[in-house]
Amino acid sequence: MRKTIVKQNRYFDSVFLMLVARRIAAQPGIRDASAVLGTAANRKVLAAMGYGAGDEAFAGAGPNDLVLALEGEPAAVDAVAAEADSWLARGSGAPEGAGSALPEPRTVAEAVARRPDASVAIISVPGQHAAREARAALRAGLHVFLFSSNVSAEDELALKTEAAGRGLIVMGPDCGTAFLGGAGLGFANAVRRGPIGIVGPTGTGMQEFASLVHQAGSGLSSGIGTGSRDLSDAIGGLSTLAGIEALEADPATQVLTVLAKPPGAGAEARLRKRLDRCAKPVVLCLLGTEDRAVGGRVRLASTIDEAARLALEAAGQGWPRSLACDPGELRAAAVAEVGRMRPEQRHIRGLFSGGTLCYQAQAIFRRAGLAVRSNAPLPGMAELPDPHRSLGSTFVDLGAEIFVDGRPHPMIDATLRRKRLDQEGEDPEVAVVLLDFILGAIASPDPVGDLLGAARGAQRAARRRGGHLCLAASVCGTDQDTQGLQTQVRALAEAGVLVFPTAAQAAAFCQEAMLLLAERKEADR
Amino acid sequence: MTMLLGELLQGRPVFVNIGVRAFGDSLRAAGYDVIQVDWSPPAGGDVQLAALLDDLL
Amino acid sequence: MGLKERINEANEQAFRRMVAADPVLVDVAPAAEVIPGLRDHMILHSGPPVTWERMCGAQRGACIGMCLFEGWAADPAEAERLLSTGAIVLEPNHHHAAVGPMAGTITSNMWVWVVENKAFGNCACCRQVESFQQFGDHSKDALALLAQWREVWGPALRAAVRRMGGIPIKPLVARALLMGDEMHNRVVASSSLFANAVAPVLADCGLPKEQVVSTLYYVGNHPFLFLGLSMAAGKAIADPARGVEASTLVTAMARNGTEFGIQVSGLDGEWFTAPAPRIAGLLLPGWKEEDAGLDMGDSAITETVGWGGFAIGGAPGILTFTGGTAAQALNYSRDMRTITAGISPDWLMPALDFTGTGVGIDIRKVVHGNLVPVIDTAIAHREPGHGIIGGGIVRPPMACFTRALARFAEKYRE
Repeated sequence: MRKTIVKQNRYFDSVFLMLVARRIAAQPGIRDASAVLGTAANRKVLAAMGYGAGDEAFAGAGPNDLVLALEGEPAAVDAVAAEADSWLARGSGAPEGAGSALPEPRTVAEAVARRPDASVAIISVPGQHAAREARAALRAGLHVFLFSSNVSAEDELALKTEAAGRGLIVMGPDCGTAFLGGAGLGFANAVRRGPIGIVGPTGTGMQEFASLVHQAGSGLSSGIGTGSRDLSDAIGGLSTLAGIEALEADPATQVLTVLAKPPGAGAEARLRKRLDRCAKPVVLCLLGTEDRAVGGRVRLASTIDEAARLALEAAGQGWPRSLACDPGELRAAAVAEVGRMRPEQRHIRGLFSGGTLCYQAQAIFRRAGLAVRSNAPLPGMAELPDPHRSLGSTFVDLGAEIFVDGRPHPMIDATLRRKRLDQEGEDPEVAVVLLDFILGAIASPDPVGDLLGAARGAQRAARRRGGHLCLAASVCGTDQDTQGLQTQVRALAEAGVLVFPTAAQAAAFCQEAMLLLAERKEADR
Repeated sequence: MTMLLGELLQGRPVFVNIGVRAFGDSLRAAGYDVIQVDWSPPAGGDVQLAALLDDLL
Repeated sequence: MGLKERINEANEQAFRRMVAADPVLVDVAPAAEVIPGLRDHMILHSGPPVTWERMCGAQRGACIGMCLFEGWAADPAEAERLLSTGAIVLEPNHHHAAVGPMAGTITSNMWVWVVENKAFGNCACCRQVESFQQFGDHSKDALALLAQWREVWGPALRAAVRRMGGIPIKPLVARALLMGDEMHNRVVASSSLFANAVAPVLADCGLPKEQVVSTLYYVGNHPFLFLGLSMAAGKAIADPARGVEASTLVTAMARNGTEFGIQVSGLDGEWFTAPAPRIAGLLLPGWKEEDAGLDMGDSAITETVGWGGFAIGGAPGILTFTGGTAAQALNYSRDMRTITAGISPDWLMPALDFTGTGVGIDIRKVVHGNLVPVIDTAIAHREPGHGIIGGGIVRPPMACFTRALARFAEKYRE
């Protein structure tokens, strides 16, 4: 079939038209295509090729008109004819930016227009703009990793509801970590792939869990962050439930882990109900709860270590010797440390860059009947009146809003933690300092090195006073992290810091030391 | 083209990074495709205008 | 239908009207014959409304020139008296379906290009472009050029255009864009194409030989000839997009050296103004920064329809004028596409792989992206009595767009 289409009053460069004709001719079902200006000479050539016979529009075309001449299968010819304007609007067909560096897109919509295969938006803009960007990302068809905090509960609920309607997930707000099919988002560690999946609102909690699973020789299928407020009654666990759904259906996941702080009552009920009917083995760790009851097929843990151990067990893996904890050894080490201290040394100061690790340490202390103050207190612990000043035994979450507003996170920049350590070192009543060090792609290139000077300074100050400052620490990470787990651990040990394989064990050691100090105080009366 | 979460976990995500560049850089270093958005607050940071635009645009 | 959808549909309609335009040069005529509402002792000027008191030096100089040209005053002092006592009515060109370059002054005996938009039947006029009177020079030499138009060139071109039955502007612009013009400050190619088209007809019109030769010489050697045509065409293209309810598209951008003003389709009749900005560019030898006047002229109608700064990616030659690079030019053209309703199917840029320029400036997108249009323009002197002193890039004040947006919200939001 031959067909001519005349576009009146359309002028195009002749070389451009040859490019268009060539692209059309490459279409299946098209045998020949020409695009020319309707000059008398051009029309004569086309007529000689058999086009335009009896076509009035063709006969009446002039030099300011465009003539498209097509030959091929009727369906193909009609398809091109129907879309003629769009063929002319595609430019010369060169991919955008070919040969010159394109400026970066300024909106998520522009970005998706350039890469229609984009699937996840990572959003870390200031909180007041975050909900708007997240909404735009959802509407562009992207899942959202929402690192930004200071997003209202109202906005969070609206976003997660809209996401559910679109088959998308919102991980956040205030979501620090996720592992999506092998990619580590936000603050994440280099962890091998494996059968263990995890979902939950804890950033550094997920990092610690993933690192332990890796150190045990196993790996992560995926880790779905949900944002810190997801399991509140206001939000009802929307992202947690979506994550559970996805991990249950994921062929790479054999075990599901949920790691969270205690949820709202309503959200917890929904969560447990959902987990009870899960087809795969489930480990539920609600930090700080003492619930030991066996919940049917759901295994319960109260620390991150325990959660990792139970998950590995469900996947048929053992808990390695390197991560094993001997309470006797902890006690002995505590005795040795306390023996070198002066009578006035009686407080512990925990300086945490990981919020979940601060929380877990408080939970461990509360179980042992030890009280600490904190700027992010566990229920039952007292609030620290001035976050910048420790009072008695204190665990500080240095990643809290008051410290990170307008500043980089302590996992990246140790300035605040260094100054705080100096401060604690000057206090003659401090007996123990508990530190966490978190590795990963975005973290400081040398978290331990950043603090060693202050650590040594604090030790020296205690010695000058005739006492001994006990420094206890754990390092969250793997040997595949750029900082290198063993390198960081070694640097700490060489500086006289007691290094424990997990944050929970470091807290457990401190618990022993503080109990000993309390006994000693009693004995002194 | 929306990729469902299930497909995402099994496949290879393509990322759009809006905000702090470090998040995109680390993923790119790990071999993932990341498009960086050169983000700036709407309406040059004017909160009132941005709120107005939420109704119009 | 929600407000956002209403706006998007209205913009789609306004955009389609601009794209469907078919501007044709149908006549060259004395302004009194063809400009609606133009009376004796009235001067039409470029930009938004302005009083004599607030008028900048160059525009005042141009007005003085018009008084002398029309014979309303015998000398500049008398002209100033007339102007300052309100004996002369001053109105914007845009209120009379007209546009003018720089000071843009049009009076009854000025000859103008007449362009009809055959798709909608509306007409728009633009006075001819020259380098003296429109910059505020009211000397005898400057006025003599205007007289040439009235006596020689205008009537000759009128005869030729009528003999040809009109000259379609679209094919000339489409060709010229592929030849490095951007239709605002670079119109060498389009001027040549136009001259080539009229030359044989001029020669065959039955006109006296001296008139033919003089006119041929004029059209063949005027690097800015076509600007008058592109401005009239721009106005003819944009006017049918006025008054579309709930549309946020810009239908005019115009300056008078005192203020920069925009008009918006869904807010027809209103001007949104802010102080005229400085132009960032290059000056001809002998002139300094402190000599420069502020942004002036109706020629931003070219950017309003997707030419000028919006097509500058295809005209890297213009950048020596503005001190920029070819990469910058391409980025300007790409950037402008992010603040418009759509992309032109007709105004293609070879340097951007034959993709189209952005058409239909959307005030929402301008404010949201904190990105005002790019306009490239000439620079006049602050004071009357001088010709062109330079050229460069100018950015409209964001205040024009934020004010328009606030007014739009007031009118259309619940």
